[in-house]
Amino acid sequence: MTDTAMKPHALSIENLSLEFPTYGGAVKALDGVTIQVGNAEIVGLVGESGCGKSVSTMAATRLLPEGRYRITQGSIRLFGRDPTVMSDEELQQVRGKLVSTIFQEPMNALNPTIRIGKQLVGVIRRHEAISRRAAETVASNILSDMLIPQPSRIMQAYPFELSGGMRQRVLIAMAFSCNPGLIIADEPTTALDVTVQAAILRLIQGRARRTGTSVVFISHNIAVVSQICDRLYIMYAGRIVESGPTRAVLDTPQHPYTRALLRCLPERVQPKAQLESIPGTVPNLIDPPAGCFYRPRCQEADERCYAKPQSTTLAGGQAVACWQRLKSQTPVSSEA
Amino acid sequence: MNAAPLLRVENLTVRFPGARNWFGRAMSEVHAVNNVDLVVLPGESLGIVGESGCGKSTLVQAVIGLIAPTSGRIVVEGHDFAAISGRQKTEIRQKMQIVFQDPQSSLDPRLPVWRLITEPLHIRGGMSTAALRVRARELAVSVGLRVEHLDRLAHEFSGGQRQRIAIARALSTDPELLILDEPTSALDVSVQAQIINLLLKLQRELGLSYLFISHDVSLIRHFCDRVAVMYLGQIVETGASAAVFDHPAHPYTKTLLASVPSLQNSLQEVDASLTGELPNNRRLPTGCYYRDRCLISSAECEKPQDLATVAAIKPNFEISREARISDHKVRCILA
Repeated sequence: MTDTAMKPHALSIENLSLEFPTYGGAVKALDGVTIQVGNAEIVGLVGESGCGKSVSTMAATRLLPEGRYRITQGSIRLFGRDPTVMSDEELQQVRGKLVSTIFQEPMNALNPTIRIGKQLVGVIRRHEAISRRAAETVASNILSDMLIPQPSRIMQAYPFELSGGMRQRVLIAMAFSCNPGLIIADEPTTALDVTVQAAILRLIQGRARRTGTSVVFISHNIAVVSQICDRLYIMYAGRIVESGPTRAVLDTPQHPYTRALLRCLPERVQPKAQLESIPGTVPNLIDPPAGCFYRPRCQEADERCYAKPQSTTLAGGQAVACWQRLKSQTPVSSEA
Repeated sequence: MNAAPLLRVENLTVRFPGARNWFGRAMSEVHAVNNVDLVVLPGESLGIVGESGCGKSTLVQAVIGLIAPTSGRIVVEGHDFAAISGRQKTEIRQKMQIVFQDPQSSLDPRLPVWRLITEPLHIRGGMSTAALRVRARELAVSVGLRVEHLDRLAHEFSGGQRQRIAIARALSTDPELLILDEPTSALDVSVQAQIINLLLKLQRELGLSYLFISHDVSLIRHFCDRVAVMYLGQIVETGASAAVFDHPAHPYTKTLLASVPSLQNSLQEVDASLTGELPNNRRLPTGCYYRDRCLISSAECEKPQDLATVAAIKPNFEISREARISDHKVRCILA
């Protein structure tokens, strides 16, 4: 972390395509996905279920089942290193120390038979050569950082004794415990109530900003993501359809899918009014349609959309993969 | 406004036995629902919002008869549910149907769609298979399923379409009240919009009443005429959606609304103490249930709080016109 001159991106996924071979044919889960996460940046990954949000980050941390997937093109760099060629020992060093993941369901991510304190201390001592007592102090401090009352009591508890919100805070504490450079938060608040969710979002954001940690925040809820992220990537059927600074994407959405996604929300319409819905369904990823994957559901589509649109960067740092936006070519200002 | 209520719940309490001692006798009780009163008028939607564990699902399961209430009355179209029996009870029951959160687990995986949809009619009896198929076809079309879907099995459908099947099944007995227990929380937003649109359309066409449970405040605001906010098995605030959401009076409602993620504004600073959790419902707090998490609590909160109209508590509190006419009530002496 001393070379400030050419500090590599925390996470850099370049033109990544990935498929899962099945008897019915290969499921093309990712198709040319490019995601850049800078240092100390909070980046959101938004899309509906099955669009490849989790697969992109799990490919980067090599959490996908070995031998069950194929990377057909592209590259992944975690702090400048390629995780696809790492040995198991290297991976063990990287996970937890360089990058750690907060999963959606905290009960499944904690060992039910071991006390919270022991699990936390185990993670810390794996990566740092400190005594058990010192590790306990670190664990207790980080728990109180997560606004957990009486951390010493929680450390003595088993996971089942805690509420969902409390367990998720323990998991966030665990993720931050070795001061990783990158945290992947995979739907960390989906199973929680809104009051707890607001607290968890504030904790992740506050801690990341203080320690300069990069965060990839995955969610299907665009409102949640918009609360804490600097930049957003909108995914659809294994492709990035739009990206850019959060406010620009929300205020001047360019891709028809992003627009439809925002219009689906009840927040922006009159009570009882018809909500906009997207006709049709997500394409079959074994045999996807030609050209733009959103074409069959898109109201603006024409014959050009039968060719795959390339991502084009517009003014204000927004990038969109849509032929209709290429035609207009008008520079988009973010204040509109 | 003066129509007779379709459903009236009076002083409903549900308790479950907690841990049992060596003799199998319950040592403690879980107080799931505590003295809830509510009314659903014909053709209106009442939303129930609250955190998980606040008793919203237990409340509606008691209403529909899946759980026996410990005390209190459930009156459907003027008939006390506990007092009637036999044929009359069967008839009254058919006026209320429920749609669950997870269509995956609420649909039998081995029945074709037409049988799933007409299962309640099949149980009631008296209809031939041919008649059931005709009815299934009508229902399927009304919820936006295609006729060729009728012979498929539930696993062949997406989550949104399964929820349509569940809605068609609920409509099969021509109910007047549909209970919707988080009907869209397992769905993606674009599909959620389709289901919400369908439910609003059915309400306009059939004059249905809805009892809609959700933790999604913006959805309740969009969907419901009136709303009841629950906390620890109690209704803490109730009134017209616009009144409650635009001028929340109870401190808990205010916290809840401040926590809702919104596209318009960024993360709001809410006091850390407000993000605590529901107290233990084995031992109910004395006085106001929200006291321990409340920022404005005072000595007066040691006494149990009653639901009172906002206008009565604060005559000079600025309340909207909707609030005055909708009897916006709140269970907080300091509101």
